[in-house]
Amino acid sequence: MEGNSGVGKTISEKILGAHSGSETTAGEIVIAELDYMMAQDGTAPLAIRSFEGMEGNAVARPERVALCIDHNAPSPLRSVSELHAIMREFAMKYGLELNDVGEGVCHQVMLDKAHVVPGSLVIGADSHTCTYGAVNAFATGVGSTDMAAGMLSGSLWFRVPETIKVTVGGTLPAGVFAKDIALMMVGDITADGATYMALEIGGEAISGLDLDGRLAISNLAVEMGAKAGLMEADEKTLEFFEGRAGREFEPVSPDPDAVYAREIEYDVSELEPQVARPHTVDNVTAVGQVEGTPVSEGLIGTCTNGRLADLRAAAEILKGRKVAPGVRLIVAPASREVMLKALAEGLIEVFTEAGGAVMCPGCASCVGTHQGIPGDGENVISTANRNFKGRMGNPEAFIYLASPATVAASCVEGKIADPRRYA
Amino acid sequence: MVIRGRAHRFGDDINTDYIISGRHKFKTLDMDELACHVMEDLDPGFYERCQEGDFIVAGKNFGCGSSREQAPLALKHAGVAGVLAESFARIYFRNSINNGLLALVCDTSQIKDGDELEIDVEEGIIRDMTFGLEVKSSPLPKVMLDILEEGGLVEYMKKHGRLSLEPDGA
Repeated sequence: MEGNSGVGKTISEKILGAHSGSETTAGEIVIAELDYMMAQDGTAPLAIRSFEGMEGNAVARPERVALCIDHNAPSPLRSVSELHAIMREFAMKYGLELNDVGEGVCHQVMLDKAHVVPGSLVIGADSHTCTYGAVNAFATGVGSTDMAAGMLSGSLWFRVPETIKVTVGGTLPAGVFAKDIALMMVGDITADGATYMALEIGGEAISGLDLDGRLAISNLAVEMGAKAGLMEADEKTLEFFEGRAGREFEPVSPDPDAVYAREIEYDVSELEPQVARPHTVDNVTAVGQVEGTPVSEGLIGTCTNGRLADLRAAAEILKGRKVAPGVRLIVAPASREVMLKALAEGLIEVFTEAGGAVMCPGCASCVGTHQGIPGDGENVISTANRNFKGRMGNPEAFIYLASPATVAASCVEGKIADPRRYA
Repeated sequence: MVIRGRAHRFGDDINTDYIISGRHKFKTLDMDELACHVMEDLDPGFYERCQEGDFIVAGKNFGCGSSREQAPLALKHAGVAGVLAESFARIYFRNSINNGLLALVCDTSQIKDGDELEIDVEEGIIRDMTFGLEVKSSPLPKVMLDILEEGGLVEYMKKHGRLSLEPDGA
């Protein structure tokens, strides 16, 4: 394939190159060694079946594999319990790390335990694996059989993606958060605007965000079709890994003359809180357009917005207030570590006193299996990343996506509300 | 290989939650059971109408959303011979090929619901026998063709033990 060899490289080209032992350029196909791989309870049982079908008798690098029980945890059904048992048995047999019920959402567990580090190459049998791009890892979602091939051989094939450079300038106004930047981007770039491509996201507004906010933005990269949502590592990134990472790592920056497929610039200085309306993530509008829409359920949590900064933002609004009559607020911290910190800060107390229902760390009702399936005709306002029809378990319900602050304010008022009034 | 079947027309951005809902897929690994629920939130009765060897014809970004491999597997078990789309989301695309389910990128704008299609898989030619139209599909990268030729990634890995970009696929 015609290359750009001799000119600058993007983060994707550099990480995939370093892991395949070759100079790579967008468009090329490489086989690259994986630093880590993960599967959750919706994908691991099938990965195990595929692994057995491949007649493998060993996992190539068992110390690089984690299985997580988070999507359907604790099990709400006998049949699900049987699938969880398959995961526990497989992990035991091959010496893999198993993160059982209550450990948290797979993506936050991978970060808390520093299985992902800057510059690493990671796959996950979950589409939101792109979240780790925020800590400078080339991380992408795969299916179960690709996961099985990774476990068996320690490597996988990749097409080196073209990159869209996104520069987010300005400073966020009060009451407007990283999630609003993410939704704005999905609305603008659309659900397939970055298909097969990587995003490199940077700029003044991104530097100004804490790590939790950056993770929320990279989390939504796949909602634009992107393969990865990469950011450069800075002192905040390094601070997170200090004392956490058990191994050496090397952050990767793009060359100044890297070649991009497209460059997009935003200024968020006057950004309003954003809401994605049913039933697509790119159906985004300013909160004012949907203000007053009645809501029956609020969800604060998930791999998008279940982190400490998210819980703090929600608690700030909910402190001393009550959830409106007729509204149920579900709160699920993203991981055990987040839960413990939220407890120590008194946030769990705030949610409970406000009338919320706090779940164990995990995916909660995001994927429609348990812990808050909405009723027919009900509107839900959620901090999650998908609002597809039926996503939360009922095709007759309507899901709106927003920031934790917008969800908290909406639960207090019983209708979609502008969180800036509480800022 | 030339295969024939009827077109079932869908639009853009058909996500994997629509193909097989999370409320079903987390419960079981029995793909025949999942197949009964394929497309049900979007098009109730699809499973009953779908005949062995039929095709799904969609717009852009087919298979977006969740990484669930149950999506192409449930389609396959429902009798679907392949999906024709303007474009595919990348995880679905890999999953489909990894399970030996045809995924062809082509101009689908003229193909209508119920049209009889004839597909020459090797040549990548799609003939709409009802409409009298012929379109060509974009070629797959070699690594995907190798996987497809082995009948999927499980069979490929069983035979070779690892992935390879070498000409013989070894």
